[in-house]
Amino acid sequence: MVQEKLIELIAENVDCDASELNESTEFASLGIDSLDIAELLMTVEDEFGVTVEMDPALKTVGDLVAKIEEGRNA
Amino acid sequence: MKRVVVTGIGAVTPVGNDVPSFWEAILSGKNGIAPITAFDATQYNWQLAAEVKDFDAAAVLDKITARKTDPFVQFALAATQEAMNDSGIAGTLEPEELGVYYGSGIGGFQTLCSQHISMLEGGQRKVAPQFISKMIYNIAAGNIAIRFNAKGANMAVSTACATGTTAIGEAYRAIAMGAQTAIICGGTEAAITPLALVGFGNAMALNSATDPNMASLPFDARRGGFVMGEGAGTLILEEYEHAVARGAKIYAEVCGYGATCDAHHVTAPDPEAAQVARAVQMACCNAKDVHASEIYVNAHGTGTALNDKTETTALKKAFGEDAKKLHISSTKSMTGHMLGAAGAVEAIAAVLALQNDIIPPTINLLEADPELDLDYTPNTPVKTPVSLAISTSLGFGGHNACVAFKKVNA
Repeated sequence: MVQEKLIELIAENVDCDASELNESTEFASLGIDSLDIAELLMTVEDEFGVTVEMDPALKTVGDLVAKIEEGRNA
Repeated sequence: MKRVVVTGIGAVTPVGNDVPSFWEAILSGKNGIAPITAFDATQYNWQLAAEVKDFDAAAVLDKITARKTDPFVQFALAATQEAMNDSGIAGTLEPEELGVYYGSGIGGFQTLCSQHISMLEGGQRKVAPQFISKMIYNIAAGNIAIRFNAKGANMAVSTACATGTTAIGEAYRAIAMGAQTAIICGGTEAAITPLALVGFGNAMALNSATDPNMASLPFDARRGGFVMGEGAGTLILEEYEHAVARGAKIYAEVCGYGATCDAHHVTAPDPEAAQVARAVQMACCNAKDVHASEIYVNAHGTGTALNDKTETTALKKAFGEDAKKLHISSTKSMTGHMLGAAGAVEAIAAVLALQNDIIPPTINLLEADPELDLDYTPNTPVKTPVSLAISTSLGFGGHNACVAFKKVNA
């Protein structure tokens, strides 16, 4: 659920088809830089009610999904 | 000194989102002024503006760029894309030989306002990480460089309402001196926000009319302030030999530039107009043999009481008795005042007037002011030989700038 919703948000932001994205997709491959990730984290906060801090280790969709789920279960 | 020519032009304006539609519109006297649509202005004393219409940044640029940029950058990129395509210069010179001199009077005003509201309402976590890089006024120049791989000198000019003209003039000088082979130059603005509207309004600069044909009235006795406009204009200036060697289409030669300052008052022009006159004379100093009847002056012509009188005085000082023979017009009667973009778009109008031997009109000029007794080309375009076209701009801060263009083989 979280992953589907996140992929939808990312696809909307980078103008690509959600079907092209999966958990191993790297943000860098989509042209998403660190400022974009910071912005994405704000959207994540609005959509999922979870605060995820900026972390250089956030490299893939799956990384962020894990952080969101971790926050939800905390 | 090297010769400098115009080899590409691009524009996004309130009367057309590219150069052909802009040119057709101003020759047909189309008025770009209408009630403001960007926000509800009915609560304010000023309700009209010359907005850019039907501009889809995601379609003209791409969705990512549209999301990451303020409209002032989007207008600049769209105008520059048109100018670059028009010039065919891409790939004919090294990236280091291509500079960018591009300005804005204000910068990302819409982004500044919306982010300020976000912070007031939601605190620090609601301020976008892209905020500063979307808003700072040099970022149009930065984005142009990235998109067109221009690694030469890059400068953001800001001389308020003279910005576009200053950018072109300084670019001309840099190429003439051999510092760059070509420069993407111009200006952009997207400042039609409630805060800017009220700010200019309270400064007594805006016309409060609600009829679009009674609002921007340059050189008319009924004039009472300008109308905010928006958009962007881009010119590709290129060293003459380089342009000829690659078989470029050449619109005109830049033959002069004058830049002065009133050093008088932050908003009001010096009524003596000595420094406006000096800027015009400097721009025209290489074209003294041209008869005044073959000169087109695209005036700053804002439609404020002081500006139009001062400009008239300046032209009389610069040209003496011959001032009466000049063909003058203010395209702001149709585009409103595009602030930092005005000089660039008006330079394009000047270049096209020169190329086509036709003077675009000052529309809605119906009541003569006895103090303004020159030929301001009222209401209909005039077909006449043009040998020299100049564009003048005056900005808050007392900035005066004038650029001059002539036909390349003349």
